[in-house]
Amino acid sequence: MSDSQNLASIPENSEINSSKVGTKVSLFLWRLFSFFLAFSIWELAGRADISIAFPPFSEVAVAFVSMIYSGEFTVAYADSLPPLLTGLCITIIGGVFIGISIGLARSAEWFVMPLLIIFQTAPVSALIPMLTYIYGISDTAKVVAIVILGMPLVALNSYKGIQATNPSLLEMSKSFLASRVDTILFVILPSAQKMIFAGLRLGVSGAFIGIVLAELLITPTGIGDLITYNRFIARYDKMFATIVSILAIAGLTLSLMSIFEDWLFPSEKHK
Amino acid sequence: MKKVGGLSDIILKTEGVGVTYQESIVALKNVSLNVPTAKLTAILGPSGCGKTTLLKVIAGLIEPTKGKVIVGGKEIIGPGPDRALVFQDFALLPWATVLQNVAFGLRARGVPKKEREETSLHYIRQVGLLGFEDKYPHQLSGGMRQRTGLARALTINSDILLMDEPFSAVDEQMRRKLQEDLLKLLKIESKTVIFVTHSIEEAVYLADQVVILSGRPGSIADIVYPEIDRLGEVDLIRRQPGYIELVDEIWSSLKRYVE
Repeated sequence: MSDSQNLASIPENSEINSSKVGTKVSLFLWRLFSFFLAFSIWELAGRADISIAFPPFSEVAVAFVSMIYSGEFTVAYADSLPPLLTGLCITIIGGVFIGISIGLARSAEWFVMPLLIIFQTAPVSALIPMLTYIYGISDTAKVVAIVILGMPLVALNSYKGIQATNPSLLEMSKSFLASRVDTILFVILPSAQKMIFAGLRLGVSGAFIGIVLAELLITPTGIGDLITYNRFIARYDKMFATIVSILAIAGLTLSLMSIFEDWLFPSEKHK
Repeated sequence: MKKVGGLSDIILKTEGVGVTYQESIVALKNVSLNVPTAKLTAILGPSGCGKTTLLKVIAGLIEPTKGKVIVGGKEIIGPGPDRALVFQDFALLPWATVLQNVAFGLRARGVPKKEREETSLHYIRQVGLLGFEDKYPHQLSGGMRQRTGLARALTINSDILLMDEPFSAVDEQMRRKLQEDLLKLLKIESKTVIFVTHSIEEAVYLADQVVILSGRPGSIADIVYPEIDRLGEVDLIRRQPGYIELVDEIWSSLKRYVE
């Protein structure tokens, strides 16, 4: 019985693989089409003369390329990227660590949870001017803005992922005499993986909001300054080009994370 | 129905086990039970009578409020290598393959990869899952998932197999097939099995000793020893004289506890 089933499963698998490649190609085409559609609508809306502050897509694209060559992006991102990367690292590593710790240790829960919930629900942008008083006009203020916008989301989702571990799997692990470390590594963390990565996606988005807000509200430098300055001199094409550039970087970061997730947990691809 | 004090050597016994939740809800009351070596003991009772609680006490997952569980002459203080559990909801890791799931217990014991895969494949073959070792649980039917759970329990080679309503989550035909396969398997592997069921027929069909629990709080209402010859073909068990009568007899004694 088992031998014939084994043989039968071979063509079935290769069929699945070839159809998966087909799905990937068509998925890519659909995504391309959706970009094309969005840019077309933007182009039409921009040409409809709604407002001078809303240039069509083509003008923004030209401005985008010119800003790459003129070095405006290079200068701005040289200011924005270091605090952004620092903030992202703290958000990701700190958030996951705090979330997992309070998920695993009940004693940490009552202490950290109220703080996280306050940070998650409070209008954090209202706190940003206060950061200026504390940290002045500095990279530290930017990093803190990123962390308070991103980290609570990462930590809360990681915590919820840990808490949502199927109790039956925990019982199974205990009954098969797995140590606490083995249970965490082979049962709890893989089980929380989806929630942790969902939190990371939200947290990374939050971090990008944080850097832009900080540069708009605290320190007129980098990307925020480029947006404000171009709005001030009415170069709306350049202003939008800057916004598009930060959206593209945020999108790229999220895609990289999703690739990282697939690499870390290859079995999820089978679902 | 003949009542026998001891079928053979006693491998496990419970002495006056009681479980009380939240200081007032009594789930089990004074359960004293002898489990004979290499025999199949069924724990039967209406739903909510504490069958699963009793099994989990024996497994060492729930600490009894009163009494104790003794395995091989020693009181247990938690889960141990002498007992392996098969779960009602299978309790398989969804992100792990059949092979990885089956090898879980060996991995927890620190068995090297090559050795644990060899042992796991042996039992995967024995439960009829060879060729499926690289599949994930969501790619399997309910019956195949429970076979995986059974193989996982067998790999750690403990003397006692504890099964918590193992066949209740699969359809009727699959249940019959799994029951037959379990009997065939037990002829090869000499194990003491304690399994929880709410099916009278399943209990009579499989068990050498049927422990009937009363309604809440669960206590032993009766113990019967089906005198059924399981040495021949498994198909013939249900046709043996006395099978239907015993099912009816148990039903009449159990009826009063069913609301």
